[in-house]
Amino acid sequence: MHPVLKLVAQRLALGILLLFAASILIFAGTQILPGDVAQSILGQSATPEALANLRKELGLDEPAISRYFSWLGNALQGDLGTALTNGQEITKSLGSRLKNTLFLAFWAAVVAVPLAIFLGLLAVRYRERWPDKLISAVTLASISVPEFLIGYVLMFYVGVKLGWAPTVATIYDSMSLGQKLNAIALPVAVLTMVVLAHMMRMTRAAILNVMQSAYIETAELKGLTSFQVIYRHAFPNAVAPVVNVVMLNLAYLVVGVVVVEVVFVYPGMGQYLVDHVSKRDVPVVQACGLIFAAVYIGLNMIADIVSILANPRLRHPK
Amino acid sequence: MSKELEFLSKRVAQSKMSRRDFMGRASALGVSSAAATAMLSTAAMAEGPKKGGMIKLGMNGGASTDTLDPGLVASQATQNALRHWSDTLVNASPTGELDMRIAESIDSSPDAKTWHFNIRQGVEFHNGKTVTAEDAMKTIERHSNEESKSGALGIVKGIESMAVSGNTLSITLDTPNADLPYLLADYHLAIQPNGGMDDPNAGIGTGPFTVEVNEPGIRYGFKKFANHWDESIGHVDESELLIINDATARMAALQSGQVHMVNGVDPKVAGLLDRAPGLSVKNVSGRGHYVFIMHTDTAPFDNKDLRLALKYAINREEMVDKILRGYGGVGNDMPINASYPLFDDSIPQRAYDPEKAAEHYKASGHDGSPIILRVADAAFPGAVDAAQLFQQSAAAAGIPLEIKREPNDGYWSEVWNKQPFCASYWGGRPVQDQMYSTAYLSTADWNDTRFNNAKFDELLGQAKAELDPAKRKALYSQMGNIVRDDGGVICPMFNDFIDAVSDKVAGFEPDPNGEMMANFAPSRVWLA
Repeated sequence: MHPVLKLVAQRLALGILLLFAASILIFAGTQILPGDVAQSILGQSATPEALANLRKELGLDEPAISRYFSWLGNALQGDLGTALTNGQEITKSLGSRLKNTLFLAFWAAVVAVPLAIFLGLLAVRYRERWPDKLISAVTLASISVPEFLIGYVLMFYVGVKLGWAPTVATIYDSMSLGQKLNAIALPVAVLTMVVLAHMMRMTRAAILNVMQSAYIETAELKGLTSFQVIYRHAFPNAVAPVVNVVMLNLAYLVVGVVVVEVVFVYPGMGQYLVDHVSKRDVPVVQACGLIFAAVYIGLNMIADIVSILANPRLRHPK
Repeated sequence: MSKELEFLSKRVAQSKMSRRDFMGRASALGVSSAAATAMLSTAAMAEGPKKGGMIKLGMNGGASTDTLDPGLVASQATQNALRHWSDTLVNASPTGELDMRIAESIDSSPDAKTWHFNIRQGVEFHNGKTVTAEDAMKTIERHSNEESKSGALGIVKGIESMAVSGNTLSITLDTPNADLPYLLADYHLAIQPNGGMDDPNAGIGTGPFTVEVNEPGIRYGFKKFANHWDESIGHVDESELLIINDATARMAALQSGQVHMVNGVDPKVAGLLDRAPGLSVKNVSGRGHYVFIMHTDTAPFDNKDLRLALKYAINREEMVDKILRGYGGVGNDMPINASYPLFDDSIPQRAYDPEKAAEHYKASGHDGSPIILRVADAAFPGAVDAAQLFQQSAAAAGIPLEIKREPNDGYWSEVWNKQPFCASYWGGRPVQDQMYSTAYLSTADWNDTRFNNAKFDELLGQAKAELDPAKRKALYSQMGNIVRDDGGVICPMFNDFIDAVSDKVAGFEPDPNGEMMANFAPSRVWLA
């Protein structure tokens, strides 16, 4: 077997094992939380009688272990079940939420990744001079401010004062692509500012590291412009750590944007998950948790594989 | 000058002149913008409702876990959605009278035990079916039968039997209740075809709007129902309800014009928001109240002197000023205020009195160990701050309070109604009987102060069967005094409902029954 294929197979198997472990952790976590789904649905006004009726209907009177295994059995067959709280099919409602989350993450990545890499290259080109310092200062400042605050500030100035973009980013199927992009303008801006610094700094550091090498000197000596040197010779050799960071940030864009979703009322997975955690709706929490874990594991796997492929020493191990 | 402006304001109301032009003319004539805005809204009211357009609401209290089943509706946005598409037998009007809806008239036996509801003729469900007395009976049955998980179970479980003859639904109760019609105004008891027995989540009702979009936790879309029986309501063609749980985002959505009305304005920002152009803050004192509750059967709170000591040790005015920023009224250690019908305003107001508090504290013989008060902001907004104010004012009377912060998550299942002393909130009820029967009767499910007073229970039973308002008022007054002096509830304040409404909306009249005109705003306002 080709060593690369073997590697991918190994990683995949490990990933599935990790997912299984994650599902156990999530289930255990939801069991530890105080209260249960019946109590949360009926709220303060629940009578013991109504509670007992609801628990029975939802099958909560069965022991936790047997509930876990019956869930696992169905999940392995692709059936994530129905939400305990509103009886909707999880696959269906989760599907549209996941689509929205990926939509937001995609557009944020489309803006942020090229911008970060370009700014990183620019910073190297003008290192230790004012463009480098300005780029670093701005991106570091924006990563240091909590994202909800950036959200509120943009909302107030861009949304309320200037009226350039809507403050509520609710999107739905009947909207055209243009309307959707207009709606998500502010959350994309916030997410871009949050993930920019990490990727930009990594690009800068990785390339500067390579710039010390002898072949860069050669490239300079043969008369290439400094940007060509960076772009053609330094960047390909620095790509592994950059891809790693980009993947980490992409994973963040999918799994870590709960706060931005809440602030901009964006109907994505994060909000969906939080709603169901607070209602103790275990099947939905499990399903969301699995998807988040899968995205995280998957993107990290891609990062690993890309960095191995990009490095001949790792590609052809002795 | 005023004649000219009056004329112009009418032109604006008839859309013959733009708002902006009007404001410009008004300021040229030296009229302040606040006065000019007030003139505009008066003119809009006088002009009468304008038909058409789409109204947009931004509300908190919605989650992706919500259903359309009226029995499971609990939070703000879902209540509002429910009021869009459904009607109840009767409503409670802003002034506390009965407003006949699906029931056309009501009468009862002299002992208030058997009630007859005559069902309005020719009312149509959204699916084209005509409402019958049978539908009404099935609705109440679904909420009260053995499998019921309805939030209204506590309200309707005292029903002994129901019968239908022709257009009349007759209800016989276990024990008399003069307030039964008010109880049936509860939003859970929305009339559904066959009582919702076939599909409680169908969203088919008799309300002024039909459900077009149902995306729980995101938005609801409604269209005006052409065949609604009451032509005096439902002015806009469409209504959209966006769930915006984040308070700052909600206010920004109103300010940037993405929605016309928002609920749940934080008292901390209400004053600032009111100064923003193009909108106004609407507040109304309601029946909801913030409380600290003691279990009267658990030491040390089983001691009446200690309870009185704590009641004298709280500074109610300070709390209304600092926690509610003036958007509310002081409480009097009972769950009733002037918003209730038959309220006796001669009951003396209890005030902060550290000396009396110290006296009662001494008389209680408490050993001086700190009294643990459990709080979380889930109890009510500002609960932790309120507890700290309480701690300070009690310390001045020599009473040591220890605040224990609890997590918001799980507060209602783990702390409230379980721990002997904690912060809590009550939304209030349309009538006194319901409030007392829900939470102060010794056998009530939600008796969260473990109050057990035989005299009180007896008076409550008497008042239920008493149809003469003057005599009932006297009975309620006695009951109020008993709870105030002997009960386990420390009630420092009644909070206002605070909404904010764009100037583009006319006809918004706050209703003490709840926020958003008791959630009837979408069917009663119009776009000016």
